[in-house]
Amino acid sequence: MPVWLNRQRALLDFALSSLGRRLGKTLGLAVVYTLIVAVLASVMLFSHAIRREAAQVLAGTPELLVQRLVAGRHDMIPAERLDAIRAVRGVKSAEGRLWGYLFDPAAAANYTLMVPADRVVEAGSAVVGSGVADVRGVAVGDLMSFRAHDGNLVQFRIKDVIDNDSALVSADLFLVSETDFRRLFGVPADRFTDIVVAVRNPREVRTVAEKIDAALPDTRIILRDEILRTYESVFDWREGILLVLLVGAILAFAIFAWDKASGLSAEEKREIGILKAVGWETSDVIRLKAMEGTVVSLGAFLAGYLLAYLHVFHWGAALFAPVLKGWAVMYPEFQLTPFVDELQVATLFFFTVFPYTLATVVPIWRAATVDPDQVMR
Amino acid sequence: MLFQPAIIALMLASGLAALLVLASVPFAWTVVRRWNLADGSEAQLRMERRTYLVATLLKIVMAAELAALVLFVFNADRMATLFTGAMCAVGTLKVDPWGFPTLYLKLAVFFLAGCWLVLDHVDNRGWDYPLIRVKYAALILLAPVLVGSAVVQGAYFMGLRADVITSCCSTLFSGGGVTVTSNSVASLPHGLALSLLAGSLAAVLASGAVVLRWRRCGWLHALLSVAAFVIGMSAIISTISVYVYEMPHHHCPFCILKREYGHIGYALYVPLFVGTVCGLGAGIAGWAGRRPSLSTMAPLVARSLAAWSVGGYALFGLVALWLIERSHLILFEVVP
Repeated sequence: MPVWLNRQRALLDFALSSLGRRLGKTLGLAVVYTLIVAVLASVMLFSHAIRREAAQVLAGTPELLVQRLVAGRHDMIPAERLDAIRAVRGVKSAEGRLWGYLFDPAAAANYTLMVPADRVVEAGSAVVGSGVADVRGVAVGDLMSFRAHDGNLVQFRIKDVIDNDSALVSADLFLVSETDFRRLFGVPADRFTDIVVAVRNPREVRTVAEKIDAALPDTRIILRDEILRTYESVFDWREGILLVLLVGAILAFAIFAWDKASGLSAEEKREIGILKAVGWETSDVIRLKAMEGTVVSLGAFLAGYLLAYLHVFHWGAALFAPVLKGWAVMYPEFQLTPFVDELQVATLFFFTVFPYTLATVVPIWRAATVDPDQVMR
Repeated sequence: MLFQPAIIALMLASGLAALLVLASVPFAWTVVRRWNLADGSEAQLRMERRTYLVATLLKIVMAAELAALVLFVFNADRMATLFTGAMCAVGTLKVDPWGFPTLYLKLAVFFLAGCWLVLDHVDNRGWDYPLIRVKYAALILLAPVLVGSAVVQGAYFMGLRADVITSCCSTLFSGGGVTVTSNSVASLPHGLALSLLAGSLAAVLASGAVVLRWRRCGWLHALLSVAAFVIGMSAIISTISVYVYEMPHHHCPFCILKREYGHIGYALYVPLFVGTVCGLGAGIAGWAGRRPSLSTMAPLVARSLAAWSVGGYALFGLVALWLIERSHLILFEVVP
C-alpha cells in the first residue's frame, strides 16, 4: 500500500507542476468549469432550501382540511358540519375558519383576509403583514377602508404590523375580526370557509379522513401530507426543468473541455514524447493526464459549490429566484436556511464531473499514444 | 416521467455508459478475432493503441455504474415521500412493475463490472496481455446487460407517476395504494438464518485464509463468496433487520438505510458488497495465474483481493453481531 500511495503522490506532484507550467490554459478551463458547477449547484441548493422551508411552514398546520363542494366548486361550509366531524372517533378538535382573498385596487394586489384563531382582533381594527404595510405605505394607527359586498365602506384602523421574521407566510395577511369579515363579504353567521381538523393519533389520519368522507359526502378532504407532497413535486419539477435546460450548457462545456484537452501545444507534445522516451508507458501518461483532470475537477467542483452556496444563501439567488419561486405583487422577502444535502452533491457530481471526464478521455488517449521520435524530431 | 434531478443524472449516466459500451463492441469483436501480438502490421499496432482508449473509457463507465447503484437506492428511498403509501425504497420501486427488475439489473451490472475491472487490472500486469481475448469477449457479453439495465431503468422512470399532484382537485384517495410486503425470504426461521450465516461466513473466511496463506483455491473462495452474499442478504431480510427495528414482523431491507436508523444499513451492505466483489475478483485473478506471463503477478493480485474480501466479510459479521447484541429484541431465550 505505501508503494501505491507514494506512486500516486509522485504523480500528483508531477501533475500539479505540469498544470502550473500552463497556468493560463488551466485557469481558463477551471473558471468555465467552476461557473458551470456554480450554476447547477445554485439551482439545486435553492430549490432544496425552498422545499424545506415549505415543509417547515406546513409542519405546524392541522392534519386535515375539510371543504364543502357545490357543483365541483368550493363553497362555504355550514356550522352544523362541525358537530358531525367532532363525533368521529379520533378527532381531537374541529374548528371553522374564515378566510378569503380581497383585491385592493389601490395597490393592485391581493390580500389574504383572515380571522385569526390564536389572537383577538377587535371589530374595526386590523393587523397587517409587512408586505401589506409596505405596498400601501401604512403604519400602526392609520386607517384603511374597503368596499364591502353591498357597496358600503368598511373601515379598519391598523393596530399592529406583523414583523418580518415570518414574512414567507404573513406578508400578504390582513387579520380582521369575525364580525368585520362577515360584514365585508356578506357571509351568514352559520357559515365558515372551511374546517380544520386535528387528529389525536397521526397514524389514524387516513382512517379519520375516510370516516369524515363517508359522513359528509359533499366535502373534499385535504391531507397535510398531500399538500407537502404537492409542494415537493412542484419544486422538483421546476428544478428538473431548469436542469434539463442547462444540459445544453453542460454539453457546450463538454465540447469546450474536449477542445481544450485536444489542443496540445508543441511544448506539451514534446513533453509527452520525452516522458515516453525515458521509459514512461502509455498507461502512465494516461494516468498522469487523468490526475491533472482530477485536480482541475475537484478544485472547480469545490469552488463552484462554494460560489453557489454564497449566491443562494447570501445574495438571495438573484439569478434564478423568479423561475424557481414564482412571483407575486407582494412577494415576501425571506432568507433561506442553508442546507446541504448529500444526495444533491452526488447528483451534481454526476452532472458535471462525469461528462467532463468522458469528454477528455479521447484527447488524452490521442496525446498519450504519440510516438516519441515523431514529436521530438 | 418525473423531472427529478437525481433521475436525470441516473439516466444520463446509464445512457452514456450504454452508448459507450455499445460503441466498443465492434472493436471488441475485432480484438477477439484478429488479436495477434506477434504480428507487426499497421492494423495490429492501431488495435494495440486503441485498447488503451477502450480500457480507459470502460474503467470510467464501470466506476460510474458502481456509484450509480448507490445513488439509485438512495434516491429511491428519498422519493418515497412522493407516492401514496410508500414509506421507503420498496414503495418507490413497486410504483412501477419495472422498479425491481431495474434494481436487480443494476446489481448484476455492479458485480459484472467489478469482475471486468479485476480482469482488466490483472491483464495489464502481464507483458503479453494474456487475457485480452477473454476480456473483450466478456465485454461483448456484458454489453447486453448494461444496455438492458439502461433501457429497463428508462422504462421504470418513464412509468413513474406521482398521481397525487392533483390531490387538491380530486378527493383524497388516489386508489391503488402501494402495499409493502415482504417476500418468502422473510419467513426463513431466525435460528436457521443465523446458523447459515455463521457457517457461510466461517467458510468464506477460511477459504480466504487459504488464498492468503498458500495462494491457491481462489475459485473456491469466489464460489463461497457468492454463497455468503446470498445467505447474508437472506439473513439481513429475515433476522438482522428485525433486530434493528426491534419489531418481529418488519423485514424491510431498505428501511435500515434510512436516517431514522442512523443509515446503519450502509455499514452492513458496503462491507458485504465489497467482500463479494473482491472474493469474485480473487477467484478470477487466481484463475489468471495459470497463464505463464501472469504466474507471479496474478497470485499477488489474488492475495490482496482476498485480503479485502476477508476484511469485508469480517466487518459485515462484526456489524451484524453488534446489531444483534445492542438490540432490545429477544428472539432466542435460553432456558436455565
